[in-house]
Amino acid sequence: MAGAAIVAQGLNIGYRNGAQTVTVLSDVNLTVEQGEFLTILGPSGCGKSTLLRVVANLLEPLEGKISVLGESPAATRKKRETGFVFQEATLLPWRTVRDNIRLPAIVGGRLAKPILVGRVKNLLSLLGLEGLGDRYPSQLSGGQRQRVAIARALIDEPRILLMDEPFGALDEITRDRLNDELLSIWRATGTTILFVTHSIEEAVYLGQRIMVLGSNPGRILNLHDLKPIKTFDNTCRREDPGIVSEIAAQRIMLAQAS
Amino acid sequence: MSRFTSLAAPVFGALSILLAWQFLLPLSGVPAYIAPTPTKILSVFFSQTDLILSNFTPTAIEALAGFVFGNTVAVLFAIIFAYSKFIRQAYFPVVLFFNTIPILALSPIIILIFGLGMTPKIIIAAIICFFPTLVNMIRGLGSATHNEEELFHVLSANKFETFMRLHFPRSLPMLFSSLRIATATAVIGAIVGEWIGADKGLGALIIRATFNYQSDQLYAAIVAASFLSITLFAIVAAVEVRVLRHHAQ
Repeated sequence: MAGAAIVAQGLNIGYRNGAQTVTVLSDVNLTVEQGEFLTILGPSGCGKSTLLRVVANLLEPLEGKISVLGESPAATRKKRETGFVFQEATLLPWRTVRDNIRLPAIVGGRLAKPILVGRVKNLLSLLGLEGLGDRYPSQLSGGQRQRVAIARALIDEPRILLMDEPFGALDEITRDRLNDELLSIWRATGTTILFVTHSIEEAVYLGQRIMVLGSNPGRILNLHDLKPIKTFDNTCRREDPGIVSEIAAQRIMLAQAS
Repeated sequence: MSRFTSLAAPVFGALSILLAWQFLLPLSGVPAYIAPTPTKILSVFFSQTDLILSNFTPTAIEALAGFVFGNTVAVLFAIIFAYSKFIRQAYFPVVLFFNTIPILALSPIIILIFGLGMTPKIIIAAIICFFPTLVNMIRGLGSATHNEEELFHVLSANKFETFMRLHFPRSLPMLFSSLRIATATAVIGAIVGEWIGADKGLGALIIRATFNYQSDQLYAAIVAASFLSITLFAIVAAVEVRVLRHHAQ
């Protein structure tokens, strides 16, 4: 599908606290194509999560324009065209894995039951959760919980998936495995993904483009196209020389900027 | 500690005190009208079963009805207060003030209004349960995490859906902790009501036995009241275990 998924022009993002405004991230100009995998990299406090929250309509921008799939963030949110994955899995502990995945369809009740049952089944197998459907979140590992959270975000087949450091709290081995699974989900679904991370490796490995943010004040340092080093449409491995040298290059760039 | 010891230890503790009470207290010269022996108290349950039962039943009905009524109203008020800022600001101070009136001072008025039947006792028991549940439930309804609130916003859930799927289930642990407390206070409320004006019930029996120096009946009434509280508590705890099985993260 052609056309831009997200267009932001002159976006200033921050918080209004009474009469005071605190700008977290300023002058964001960005176009994300449909089907693109964009990683957003930056240190703590640079506003990378805040940017994602504006796209998800969890926060109104202070200034500037943003359109998501050609509409306002609120409109796309109401149409369920954006899925959100938080850093913490945020599963409801009193609901089973299956019921957590179904939650978006129950709140609003937008999907016919047979379709829903089929989708839950597909997502359980897509995310390697077969046999865990009747478990409760307390009976899962951290990695499994995050898989359930991703499945929940995918149940409405959103055209844009927003991920706010989803693997930040996981051990490195689990994180690597989930990175690979996320890439195969992305290839299989063609969803546009905005992925926030503070890990340079993760940002380089996953993204087609990296948006590098700097802090104090929060701003875009660099919008870096990785496609030239990523042959085979992102099916490269993390030990490929191109990826390794790109990680080193990004590290140097960030060190010089700060 | 093995399982056996952890079960046996409290039994041993209770038995040792009962034995000391049974044999050492009379030896120390405490007269029977102040502290009758455990066996004497127990014998009341067999020799005067009708007396105990006929006084236990009304108190049990009053405490249970007050418990259900008071907590139900408290939960409904909490929902209104939690979702309407204006009503909360307008009426919560009134409720707070009402709560500062000692229930003992309020009880005669309630008896005056509702007479000597069961109704005033049910209302006193309900009032005594009401406030802790109201406060706990309001806090419980606001206890969803920031992420959970944002999740429901992203899902475009309406207020009713957010209440049903998030706020209400999240409030249950706090609701149950106040329901546990209410099992004891509901019984207190019923007995206090009976003290002020009743001819039957454990409260009435306590007053009558005290003035007639029938200390075995007095102690038996106390044991029966405590049994009532424990039974209500056990029911609430059993329901809680089932309902909150998966609540802990």
